[in-house]
Amino acid sequence: MRAVRAVALLAASLAAVACQSKKPEAEAPAKSAVAPAPSGDKILVGHVGSMTGSEATFGQSTDNGIRLAIEQWNAKGGVKGKPISLRTYDSQGKPEEAAVAATRLIVNDKVNLLLGEVASSRSLAMAPVADANGTPMITPSSTNPRVTKDKDKVRPYVFRVCFIDPFQGTVMAKFAREKLKIDKVAILRDVGNDYSMGLADYFLAKFKELGGTVVDDQSYKAGDQDFKAQLTAIKNRNPQAVYVPGYYTDVALIARQARELGMKQPLLGGDGWDSAKLYEIGGKAIEGSFYSNHYSPDDPSPRIQEFVKAYQVRFGGVPDGLAAQGYDAAMVGFDAMSRAADGSGAAVRDAIAATKGYPGVTGIITIDQNHDAVKPAVVLEVKDGKSVFVSTVNP
Amino acid sequence: MRRARLVLRSGAPFLVALPLLWLLQGALPQYYSFVFVNIAVNVILAVSLNVVNGFTGQFSIGHAAFMAVGAYTAALVTTGMESFQIAGLPLPASDAVVFFLAIVAGMAAASLAGLLVGIPSLRLRGDYLAIVTLGFGEIIRVIIENTKVLGQATGISGLPPFTNVVWAGMGIVATVVMARRLLLSTQGRALLAIREDEVAAEAMGVDTVGWKVRAFVISAAFAGLAGVLLVHKIQLVTPRMFTFVKSMEVVVMVVLGGMGSITGSIVAATLLTVALESLQAADQYRMVIFSLLLIVLMLTRPSGLFGTREIWDAVPRWMRRRADGGKP
Amino acid sequence: MTEFLQHLVNGVSLGTIYALIALGYTMVYGVLKLINFAHGDVYMAAAYAGFYIATALDVRTHPTVGKAVAVFVGSMVFAGALGWAIERFAYRPLRNRPRLATLITAIGVSFLLEYGFQLPSLQSQGRTFEEMLRGWGWTVPGWLDAAIGFLPASFPPGPTPRFFPEPFVRVDWTVLGGVHVSNYDVVSFLVAVAFMLGLQWIVYRTRFGMAMRAVSFDSKVAGLMGIPVNRVIATTFVLGSVLAAVAALLVAGSRPRIDPIMGLMPGLKAFVAAVFGGIGNVPGAMLGGIVLGLAEEMVAGYALSSFRDGIAFAILILMLLVRPEGLLGRVTVEKV
Repeated sequence: MRAVRAVALLAASLAAVACQSKKPEAEAPAKSAVAPAPSGDKILVGHVGSMTGSEATFGQSTDNGIRLAIEQWNAKGGVKGKPISLRTYDSQGKPEEAAVAATRLIVNDKVNLLLGEVASSRSLAMAPVADANGTPMITPSSTNPRVTKDKDKVRPYVFRVCFIDPFQGTVMAKFAREKLKIDKVAILRDVGNDYSMGLADYFLAKFKELGGTVVDDQSYKAGDQDFKAQLTAIKNRNPQAVYVPGYYTDVALIARQARELGMKQPLLGGDGWDSAKLYEIGGKAIEGSFYSNHYSPDDPSPRIQEFVKAYQVRFGGVPDGLAAQGYDAAMVGFDAMSRAADGSGAAVRDAIAATKGYPGVTGIITIDQNHDAVKPAVVLEVKDGKSVFVSTVNP
Repeated sequence: MRRARLVLRSGAPFLVALPLLWLLQGALPQYYSFVFVNIAVNVILAVSLNVVNGFTGQFSIGHAAFMAVGAYTAALVTTGMESFQIAGLPLPASDAVVFFLAIVAGMAAASLAGLLVGIPSLRLRGDYLAIVTLGFGEIIRVIIENTKVLGQATGISGLPPFTNVVWAGMGIVATVVMARRLLLSTQGRALLAIREDEVAAEAMGVDTVGWKVRAFVISAAFAGLAGVLLVHKIQLVTPRMFTFVKSMEVVVMVVLGGMGSITGSIVAATLLTVALESLQAADQYRMVIFSLLLIVLMLTRPSGLFGTREIWDAVPRWMRRRADGGKP
Repeated sequence: MTEFLQHLVNGVSLGTIYALIALGYTMVYGVLKLINFAHGDVYMAAAYAGFYIATALDVRTHPTVGKAVAVFVGSMVFAGALGWAIERFAYRPLRNRPRLATLITAIGVSFLLEYGFQLPSLQSQGRTFEEMLRGWGWTVPGWLDAAIGFLPASFPPGPTPRFFPEPFVRVDWTVLGGVHVSNYDVVSFLVAVAFMLGLQWIVYRTRFGMAMRAVSFDSKVAGLMGIPVNRVIATTFVLGSVLAAVAALLVAGSRPRIDPIMGLMPGLKAFVAAVFGGIGNVPGAMLGGIVLGLAEEMVAGYALSSFRDGIAFAILILMLLVRPEGLLGRVTVEKV
């Protein structure tokens, strides 16, 4: 009874609130749609990444790529003569932490440019904060279409320098049908990962559209150690390939267990496979499998080789796709800033939106009207313990 | 007359808090209002969990699941009603009404979840109850991840940013008033009796299972409230926000504050939220510090900061001592 | 038909791992009436111990039987020591407190292990600390720099999964026209059965076992009768942890990826297995493990694979509602 009374009182007073609440947030965008011009003579870049947690390598690689870009620009005198510095906050792999980190960077630290995140669910948490405060945000690797598009409206301040899942899923579907001439495929997706689910759905749709059949659609959870149940079921349906759009940690084990069950089909995947650990854990089992990615470090083009060398000198080790994406995101951001009319958020935003034919290491980047990057994807094959370039697929 | 006084005592906090919160909302810069909402969410979670863990002495570690149920339900309401406006009301008032409806829906759904989880579980004792609540928490999460309407792993994004300092603050007031009124009532006594000695309470005619379920349902409802407030601040709801780790974070707050003390839960939740905000650089140490805190607490001071004492009992106690002419 | 048989093999292989971990849970619960939440993380720590030993001995490029034995023994010793330490410092002081306090502490220890192992290596933490000092404008003294150089550079291992080298070479056989079995599966099963029989023998045929049963019946009176209660409990913990280590190495050898949270889910599922078979009952744990492994395998293989983890919890809840003492357990009446 008391509880009911309390709730009733709550209702009454909240109704009082209802009749008069102002909603300061709604006015905020109008007030701060023009972010404060960089105070003084420094440019501060904010990066939100998963520096800890199970996806720590993603955040760390991206951070390295961003740092390299900053150092290269600073060596040339910075943007319009102003030195660039970086502040990185850890999202711990959680969307609500990403939102807090983005708020801290934008509101407290007053960054001029926000970079991040890798995972779409975390970028989705950051996007509204960027929009509400008029700070341009570039995500290096989030592939879910909703990051730049809120229902049908394009988010004004959010951009990406990578392709989107609909494209990536299509790439692999086309490759499987046209190059590998595969008719029957099975899917094994990570049900707890929105990236994996999205890619699998787009692949499925395109593969069927091109006349193929999907014989089985199984799921697993990231971190599982045993996939034999799903693989045995898949094996029984005799697909000619298995599409596994997950992260490399699970894909490597899946490949091993598939071979242990006597499955000889190649595996197909997406950019989540991109890591040196794929070969280490996957060993011989992953040989002969294919995946789509943003770039290949073997690409002989001088621009890419220079980047690979510079990265090796600075950080040791060959840069993976995430580092390359982080590098490109930062580079596109700085390029836009140098073209922008002034340092305000709106001007930088317009300059980014006007990026055309920028020569990034992950491809020639043009930002389209949806704030997405129009660029080709590469298909790589795992051979002799590394990824070998097979073909480029244009949008 | 008594009823009127009781109504006044329950209602006064709301009326007093409302203008204060308004002033606060105007005064706080954006980042701090974000922190305030975080604190509010954690306080509501801690106080609501205290009803089960502290007052009733049951050990539930699946609290985050009820948060999730409340959050998702409210998200469906607000995204569904996004394009509607209540006729005759200006936009802000209409939004507030929609948000209120979403809160009510969220709390109702969470209570239902609490009922469904509570009825089978609360026949069990101690460790088993803990594991079953954990299990239900995971099952609810698995269900969310497999339901297309709820967005599966991607969740629902683009929620309208309804939560502000006023709503969050009123949420705290509602939760604390609920907890205090409950504690002082006959029903509250039943819960305390169950905590002290369940078998004796049963022998004295207290319907232990019934009361445990009721406590569970109330606790779940307010966890749902916290969930609604949180997701309408960050404008996103995903299943990964409501894991077992989140439940344990709330448990740490309750244990730190003292199981059975409302003040303790408030203080502990505020302290821990603020501490984590300021320890940004040491983010990866967060859970390590939490777990060490938990272990050290249980080894040295298992009653927590406040034990079962409340801060508002301290003044009457002190005044009583003075009236008695110094130390008894 | 081969598909069904393959599922059978997979399920039993999975189940024996759960059984080995469940044996540890069940023994500790039998003696202390405590759910040792940290058991799954001792399993994880043992896997890492094996990893470090294997890396030090270079098992990856030159595996030998002797090195495999060293890895196993070393990991078992480490796990036993860890189990002993946890009992001694986290649970023993709380022996006379309400059980809830120990449960909370157990969860605390579990999280400590999981998140502690996810920290970057001590040496890299030291270097970050140096960076911080420099950021504040202080100079780092030379001795501090040198001392940090002595800190381990690969412990804690951090959250990135590691590759675990195979302790003994894997052999795959194809039997019955298409069913794939590996020597790891066979060894796991034999080891689990051997341990179960061994534990049964210890508990029912030795004096120590009698002491264990006495302590589980009433530890205060057992103490009065001259049984060294602390020693019995400590040994139980050590035994359970050693079993967890064996399970860990068998898993890491056949599914060669380890990470700091690899113990959470198997630990919870093994607990479900123990409850299912009757907690406190050794053959029950074995039975529960196998049944759970098979159930999980069949559901994931024939029905919805996305509900795989949910199955374990559903079984748990069903069991606790219908027959809380488990399949082979005895009903206990709570006395006032």
